[in-house]
Amino acid sequence: MQRNPQLNEHGELQHLLSIEGLPREILLKILDTAESFAGVTERDIKKVPLLRGKSVFNLFFEGSTRTRTTFEIAAKRLSADVINLNVAVSSTYKGESLLDTVANLSAMQADIFVVRHGSSGAPFLVARHVKPHEHVINAGDGRHAHPTQGLLDLYTIRHYKKDFGALTVAIVGDVLHSRVARSLIHGLTTFGVPEVRVIGPQTLIPAGAAALGVRVCHSMREGLKGADVVVMLRLQNERMSGALLPSAQEFNKHYGMTAEKLALAKADAIVMHPGPMNRGVEIDSAVADGPHSVILPQVTFGIAVRMAVMSMVVGGA
Amino acid sequence: MKLLVKGGRVIDPASGRDAVGDVFIADGKIVQGGGTPDRTVDAKGLVVAPGLIDLAARLREPGHEHKATLESEMDAAVAGGVTSLACPPDTDPPLDEPGLVDMLRRRAKALSRARVYPVGALTVKLEGRQLTEMAELAEAGCVAFSQANVPVSDTQVLWRALQYAATFDFPVWLRAEDAWLAKDGVAHDGEVATRLGLAGIPAFAETIALAQLFELVRATGARVHVCRVSSAAGVAMLRRARHDGLPLTCDVGIHHLHLSDMDLGYFDSHCRLEPPLRSQRDREALAAALADGTIDCAVSDHTPVDEDQKLLPFAEAEPGATGLELLLPLALKWGVERKLNLAQTLARVTSAPARVLGVASGRIEPGAPGDLVVFDPQAHWRVSPGELRSQGRNTPFLGVELAGRVRTTIVAGHVVFEA
Repeated sequence: MQRNPQLNEHGELQHLLSIEGLPREILLKILDTAESFAGVTERDIKKVPLLRGKSVFNLFFEGSTRTRTTFEIAAKRLSADVINLNVAVSSTYKGESLLDTVANLSAMQADIFVVRHGSSGAPFLVARHVKPHEHVINAGDGRHAHPTQGLLDLYTIRHYKKDFGALTVAIVGDVLHSRVARSLIHGLTTFGVPEVRVIGPQTLIPAGAAALGVRVCHSMREGLKGADVVVMLRLQNERMSGALLPSAQEFNKHYGMTAEKLALAKADAIVMHPGPMNRGVEIDSAVADGPHSVILPQVTFGIAVRMAVMSMVVGGA
Repeated sequence: MKLLVKGGRVIDPASGRDAVGDVFIADGKIVQGGGTPDRTVDAKGLVVAPGLIDLAARLREPGHEHKATLESEMDAAVAGGVTSLACPPDTDPPLDEPGLVDMLRRRAKALSRARVYPVGALTVKLEGRQLTEMAELAEAGCVAFSQANVPVSDTQVLWRALQYAATFDFPVWLRAEDAWLAKDGVAHDGEVATRLGLAGIPAFAETIALAQLFELVRATGARVHVCRVSSAAGVAMLRRARHDGLPLTCDVGIHHLHLSDMDLGYFDSHCRLEPPLRSQRDREALAAALADGTIDCAVSDHTPVDEDQKLLPFAEAEPGATGLELLLPLALKWGVERKLNLAQTLARVTSAPARVLGVASGRIEPGAPGDLVVFDPQAHWRVSPGELRSQGRNTPFLGVELAGRVRTTIVAGHVVFEA
């Protein structure tokens, strides 16, 4: 197998494509760097000049408002120039290939490509074809990975729970289609979290889940027991009824997070969600807005984490 | 025209003969000897074997000439020592009309390189709804009928197609894959696909289709050749079915003997194949089954693909790998790994596929067609785009060093390739 395409010959972060395969030290450095940026975002003048004169291209082949916005804010707080391209409605419809789009933008002097794509592995393809001074950050590819989301989840967990070494983390819902779950699982196992569980009906748990180092549970009763951290996954509308699930109601009844089910977890458990939430489907408002919820802080931390990643790939931090 | 292939190590897998000697060809057929040759090929220090017979090689004509042409692929065939090949019907349009088959055969004949055996479409446009005019197609030269990589999802149609083919004793070559279970899948449904977030095709997409196929074979008596078996469970079912005496034969893609889903690495689109590369356990079972005879033969499943169609995210990349020029070295590699002698190894790409095809080639004995390959089993070469004559340079083996290099290829007593 080839060398990890995310690291340069000195073992430093060249691209961020997936949490899988990244050494613990690099993950730690990202979290620590993000922590140092957290102060910046609370200041009056929320800017540092680390990426001044650099161009960040947000290349979104799949619609997203929140992730694109947080990348944009992060880049601007690092003083970079940000160009947003909603490719989903432009050139690819004219038949231009992914690599042609990237080559054209590269000719406009890009430093960082933030890529979201509906196909698993697309950012790896882009990373293989960019120039040595260009960096690729995966903002979500198919079902494969969403590493900055995984990192901000790790950041959030560390923020509230300090030590990864004794935690039980439960990830609930549509694991099959979730890049968020895959990225988080790799991060948690890299940090040595002793118990990572995934909870969902068999239809939403991928075939090789156990091999990722998680315990597969099919009931909330079993899966939430003693959990320190509960991560709810988004259930896409189009999967709520069909061959995977009979209805959103039935899903909610068995796997939706309610105050009652949350009581199975530890008393000080935190509840996370990558957003956007489907209230009343995977999570009830009583939990989403309740005392255990850290869903909004996740969004805030996400900016610092993305600042850290951008500054590290460029080599400014 | 008389041709003498002199002083080589002559291996006839059909009889197991392996001895240094001469092979004499007159009027296109192997003869006992005698007479003055018009031409002599010096085979000293080289292996002389029957030309390879490949039961699945896409020549991309008609319809996909931008990916490859008949000419480039026939060059690739003889450069790989392949003297006979069967081409699947998934051209554009598919080989579902006698005129298309006739044209293909004529074009192939005009190029006078390898022998081409068209496999006709089992259903019109491969759509799985209406039967093709099989008898007409057979008259035009189709040696069997197939759906290529497009499963028939309607079991009523599949049943009738097998009945109809059995009526005329036409062989039917089918891949065993349940259309619904394989829908949208791009990789073996296992650990690797889970990790990479790729939609999976479970191994039971194959075993369910096999079970269905076996029942239909029992019901109809059709002669079925199972193409590209891919899983350990599928192999086990085939072993039982053959033991039970079902009229079945079977092949495996040469890549599946050497690669597994682990080789997908970081989304290597060259490993996007149909059927998907499965687990290492499956790979091991396939390699063992080819050795023990459960699987009759290995095929290249040659599929030249445009570079642009591989420079895409894994799931969007066009499936397939170029294979005609790798069939011999990869078969030799398999034989070395299974500790087989050369005759046993070569049988899987010569005499065994000849039996499936029902042709007289694939052996070295008086009266057999004068199709030979002369090769150096020890010569190492590195697979690189410049080394390949096929228009498709899409292979997972790029950069890999393989042993086995063709020196001369002979079809009907004519030298059609010389290195």
